[in-house]
Amino acid sequence: MNNNISTKKKLINFLTVWRALIILLLMCVVASIIAPSFLSVGNLFNVIRQISVVAIIGCGMTFVILTGGIDLSVGSIVGLAGVLAAGVLAATDNVFLAVGIGVVIGIACGIVNGFFVSVCGIPPFIATLGMMTLLRGCVLVYTGGKPIPIKNDIYKYIGKGEPLGIPLPIIMLVIIFIIAYVILTYTRFGRSVYAFGGNREAARLSGIPVIKTEWLVYIINGFLCGIAGVILTARLGSAQSTNGTGYELDAIAAVILGGTSLSGGTGFVLPTVVGALIMGIIDNILTLLNVNPHATNIVKGAVILIAVLADKKVKDLSAKVED
Amino acid sequence: MQSNEYILELDSIVKTFPGVRALDGVHLEVKGGEVHALCGENGAGKSTLMKIISGAQPYTSGKMKVDGQEVKFHSTKDAERKGIAMIYQEFNLVSDLTVAENMYLGRLPKSKLGTVDWKKLNQDAQNTLDKLGLKINCKTKIRNLSVAEAQMTEIAKCLTIGARIIIMDEPTAALTDEEIKMLFTIIDELKKNGISILYISHRMDEIFTISDRITVFRDGKHVATKNTKDTNYDDVVAMMVGKNITDLYPKRNYQSAEVVFELKNISGKGVHDVNLQLHKGEILGIAGLMGSGNIELSKIVFGAIPQKAGEVYVEGKKVNSSTPIKALNAGIGFVSDDRKQEGLVLIRSVKENVSLSSLKNLSKGPFLDKKKELESVAKNVQRLNIKISGINQNVGNLSGGNQQKVVFAKVLETNPSICIFDEPTRGVDVGAKAEIYQIMDNLTKEGKSIILISSDLPELIGMSDRILVMREGEIVKEIMKEEANQEIVLAYASGGVSE
Repeated sequence: MNNNISTKKKLINFLTVWRALIILLLMCVVASIIAPSFLSVGNLFNVIRQISVVAIIGCGMTFVILTGGIDLSVGSIVGLAGVLAAGVLAATDNVFLAVGIGVVIGIACGIVNGFFVSVCGIPPFIATLGMMTLLRGCVLVYTGGKPIPIKNDIYKYIGKGEPLGIPLPIIMLVIIFIIAYVILTYTRFGRSVYAFGGNREAARLSGIPVIKTEWLVYIINGFLCGIAGVILTARLGSAQSTNGTGYELDAIAAVILGGTSLSGGTGFVLPTVVGALIMGIIDNILTLLNVNPHATNIVKGAVILIAVLADKKVKDLSAKVED
Repeated sequence: MQSNEYILELDSIVKTFPGVRALDGVHLEVKGGEVHALCGENGAGKSTLMKIISGAQPYTSGKMKVDGQEVKFHSTKDAERKGIAMIYQEFNLVSDLTVAENMYLGRLPKSKLGTVDWKKLNQDAQNTLDKLGLKINCKTKIRNLSVAEAQMTEIAKCLTIGARIIIMDEPTAALTDEEIKMLFTIIDELKKNGISILYISHRMDEIFTISDRITVFRDGKHVATKNTKDTNYDDVVAMMVGKNITDLYPKRNYQSAEVVFELKNISGKGVHDVNLQLHKGEILGIAGLMGSGNIELSKIVFGAIPQKAGEVYVEGKKVNSSTPIKALNAGIGFVSDDRKQEGLVLIRSVKENVSLSSLKNLSKGPFLDKKKELESVAKNVQRLNIKISGINQNVGNLSGGNQQKVVFAKVLETNPSICIFDEPTRGVDVGAKAEIYQIMDNLTKEGKSIILISSDLPELIGMSDRILVMREGEIVKEIMKEEANQEIVLAYASGGVSE
């Protein structure tokens, strides 16, 4: 009897962590049956390259959501970092300066977000909603609504280069996620993030520097958005005022599909990649099948709802086993 | 004959929660038109009993009779239909509706057209208010009433639903002396109309002023029911407290004159100008009723809530303990009275909780030293005898006693010289209690000093070498272990004794 329960528990634990991976594998099987071209290396790289920007944002978003917060301004930060980098590039033709500006803008936006949330105590939803609108406004004012073309080939290499035959954005994606994993699993700061998200007051009374921890989380998120903004413009070969629009929802969806709890305190960063892949594959299959692009959102939305429903079921089940 | 005299009878009521027997065969009889006071310490089962009588919770076994007829309530509505209504400490009033609307909420009189019959509503409401001698206009919005008036409105509401038994839970907690007098006048009025009151209060003086009979509970059991005029204050307190279990508490022999911790003129929320000294190896108890400021004092000293004024000295050196981080660095450890909200991250593992306060010591640079952490957590789990299936088990799945030990482990991991323990055994079973007492005794033998804050008087007296009594934010009395007994402590805490 006892034995029975523990195997059941193990199975549920496995399901809880790797649920996203199971969904992903199922989708790959289905995709390869209905669209045989899906499994080609070229197509798979294409999928990963396409999701790399959202996945990198999702990485930062995982930190934020682990603290029980949310950041709606990520799409606008990506947009602003991208257009300013492109603008600097157009003016100076200095790639290092351009990339530097993009990253610094991201960090600066993160500092402001974190200031409002952790120091001023404004609910993250509200603070970042304000920033989302404000930053998008900055993008529009700066560009005047016109795209900024990128002519520098070194800059473009960031988005399109393929050292050793592997697209550079994919290499960056892997490096970023490994670092994020190490931070969350092996550092004091990572432990503080989980404790903060699990119970802020208990963390504070245990001597965790709560304001610093929360603030840093938004800065990391802003930093990654800056990188994402650079990659996006480099890949597209131009910076447009609409860049990054709607990415916040894709990033949040990736985090949630990856099994991180919106209420904070539980979840892992690596499954966020899987969550982003699921979103990307949906797009890819529908494109391969020539489905009306407007219908893509219907399928995406439905997948998110189903995944969250499954999440709840698994949680209820594990609660039952605990009893 | 009995069925005529008693309007409410409870016979052998048992209520069990998973792992706890909250009520163990309780008897209670309420006569028509009497004020029946219920006394007992925290956790004696009063509130559970009230919830059962008012239909908010079902009971496990036993019989409940109203007017001699057996009843079984499935909701508070069922109880109201039998004439039983309860007034909670937090009122159930809608603040943006008028007094009249609140009194008839859900039962608003209707006109022929199906709309609200405002004229009848206001007339009926005002009549009821007038009958109680209340000077409240029924068209006033609740948010414009004082706390006392809101409470009177609640009572008036009970009358409109035809209540014959009104349960009042700490009705005077938020009232001024003037308002309490007003409440008592109204209670007298209700009695004259044959309405019975079940009156719960911690304030003994009130109970002796207003009640006709007193029933005492202890540990979920009925101890005695007496006519108020046939008993006295000491008698009731003695019954509430019961006999001490002497061997639950370790035999302490403490002697020290070395002051290791000193508070000078500490002020903050609910605390005024407190001075105290703690000696090396001493357990200093701080007693006080709810709102006396003893819990607040501990939180101020640990920096959990703001320190407005005052100085803290550890081993003769002035320290800054204005935030938990600074307090921990100064060697002050703190166990909160609210383990679930303030003590533990319930959704994380035993390991992460135990090491939470000492991550710095368990790290090399920014990286956690996982091996060191594992060893240190395992050592503490073993030392405090925490029963877990593994150190990666979620703390939320542990029993209350084991959860509390995890909190202790977390605090001890920081190796504090001063330990502040707020309600260290709240919601903990007797076995784990004894273990926690043993842990505390051992800590003092290691040279640590403890401030113990507890509303559990036997515990406070059993464990403390010295007791300070707080009332209204100030220390009003120092009692040495030899002179301490519950009557004295309660008397000073409740202001029953003047200086």
